Amino acid sequence: MPNLSPEIWTAVSLTVQLAALTTAILLVVGTPVAWWLARSQARWKEAVAAVVALPLVLPPTVLGFYLLVALGPDGPGGALAGLWGARTLAFTFEGLVIGSVIYSLPFVVQPIRNAFDAVGERPLEVAATLRASPMRAFWTVAVPLARPGFLTGAVLGFAHTMGEFGVVLMIGGNIPGETKVLSVAIYDFVETLRWREANLLAGGMVVFAFVVILAMMLIEKRMRRAGE
Amino acid sequence: MTISGDIEVALSGQLGGFALGAQFSAPGRGITALFGPSGCGKTTILRSIAGLQRLDGICRVGSETWQDERTFLPPHRRAVGYVFQEASLFPHMSVRRNLLYASRGRVPEEAPGVVSFDEVIELLGLAPLLVRAPQHLSGGERQRVAVGRALLSQPRLLLMDEPLSALDRETRDEILPFLERLHETLAIPLIYVTHDLSEVERLADHVVLMQAGEVVAAGPLADIQTNIDLPLSRQRDAAVSIEARVAGYDDRYGLLELDVEGGRFLLPAPPGHEPEARLRLRVGAGDVSITREEPCATSILNVMPAQIVSSRAINKREMVLVLGLGDDGKGASLLARVTRRSWDLLGLAEGQRVYAQVKGAALASR
Repeated sequence: MPNLSPEIWTAVSLTVQLAALTTAILLVVGTPVAWWLARSQARWKEAVAAVVALPLVLPPTVLGFYLLVALGPDGPGGALAGLWGARTLAFTFEGLVIGSVIYSLPFVVQPIRNAFDAVGERPLEVAATLRASPMRAFWTVAVPLARPGFLTGAVLGFAHTMGEFGVVLMIGGNIPGETKVLSVAIYDFVETLRWREANLLAGGMVVFAFVVILAMMLIEKRMRRAGE
Repeated sequence: MTISGDIEVALSGQLGGFALGAQFSAPGRGITALFGPSGCGKTTILRSIAGLQRLDGICRVGSETWQDERTFLPPHRRAVGYVFQEASLFPHMSVRRNLLYASRGRVPEEAPGVVSFDEVIELLGLAPLLVRAPQHLSGGERQRVAVGRALLSQPRLLLMDEPLSALDRETRDEILPFLERLHETLAIPLIYVTHDLSEVERLADHVVLMQAGEVVAAGPLADIQTNIDLPLSRQRDAAVSIEARVAGYDDRYGLLELDVEGGRFLLPAPPGHEPEARLRLRVGAGDVSITREEPCATSILNVMPAQIVSSRAINKREMVLVLGLGDDGKGASLLARVTRRSWDLLGLAEGQRVYAQVKGAALASR
């Protein structure tokens, strides 16, 4: 192991913390959204689905711009920050978490929704005729049967947050230990011609991405076989 | 567990292109077949009884009201056991966990009126399957587990939606005896949806006949089968199911002697039937012929005095007759299909005493 600057370690650990926290929040927030999208008969549900999917196509800078406004002193984020005496959520770790949650939402909601869709109506009807309340049916039937979707969603959400650049740059800036995540650090290293560090981080990301995708494919394959 | 009182259903609504309006009551025990062609609304009615679908109307089971003008219990609050066309076992649970899903994994404590775990295992032959995963069961085994799972939810009413129609002939024949045993052993009323007449003949005690979203007729099986106002009796494969009691066995010729109301049948059958055991006979309308005088030399084993109760022309050539067995015609009813020519030549008339010759009768099991 070449001796790495503490700078790199700070960036890596910050990024992992951000991705882990974002993924956890997304699973909690995204699951009810995915459930509703899979089960609701509402006519405007596809409109909601489209809003959730927006980050897939919006340029990160556009999203970042609006987030910056929303998190800033004059936006709801500023009001929220006022609760603990801060002026703004922009350029803070908390703001980064909020931004990442919104930005990675479709990557978590979509696979879980697809999994709920695939479970279908029947197992839940069976559970209902076996005296299971909708809550019990959800936890004991829908969630276990949708497990591959949760796994895919969590992995994609985590990996995607790890690599985010545009949104972070817009709302987080470049504060070491607070908002300076991996992708920003790489950019910085390149700017300051520190190629070795840039290379290390970039190479690490390639390996990470490869391992994540391989693991996901293997796990999905195993689950599909177990389901047969 | 027998529920006190009957099952009352009166449901109406719109189903696709046609109006659905079904009203019937079923007795609080035995098997009631909801019978009719595919697409006539049977499944919708069954789903609505379970609360899986919502139609307007009333649904009462014994003393419980599941639905009326003011009430609509969600499915999980109705003491219903539902067997779907496909077994729909939970793929992420073992057979045992599937069976115990309704009791949250615990084996229900033995008590009078409680369907016990052991009883269900024994009744449906599930012991060798318990630790297996649903994916490794055959179609017939899966459906047996589904039936057991429904029973172990301690239902006051069992509902089955064509539980055999997704299975091949062989598997169906393997499962039917289990359903028959169920009927003998448990006193839980069952509403059984089917479009297969042979299942009705084998299983049903009562029939609700449906067509295009409406109940055409309802009543005890024999009454429906011998109601010549209904198209059923005029079908080519029309038949009656007769309850019979084993009276004896003729070892020399291998003939089973069966008493029915107003007559006795002899039937070639392997030995092994318990005396007094109750069996069900199926006698097709095309297998019954009529003579005015007692035939003296005939190869037909079963010749019984009977009376012509009613008659109806099927078409220009053929008629269907309802016969009452016995000298007074008060015994079990048979259907007979005869040509109009024979009717005229023999000078037959309603109320007349005749002899019914039954060429073939088959055990419908039980």
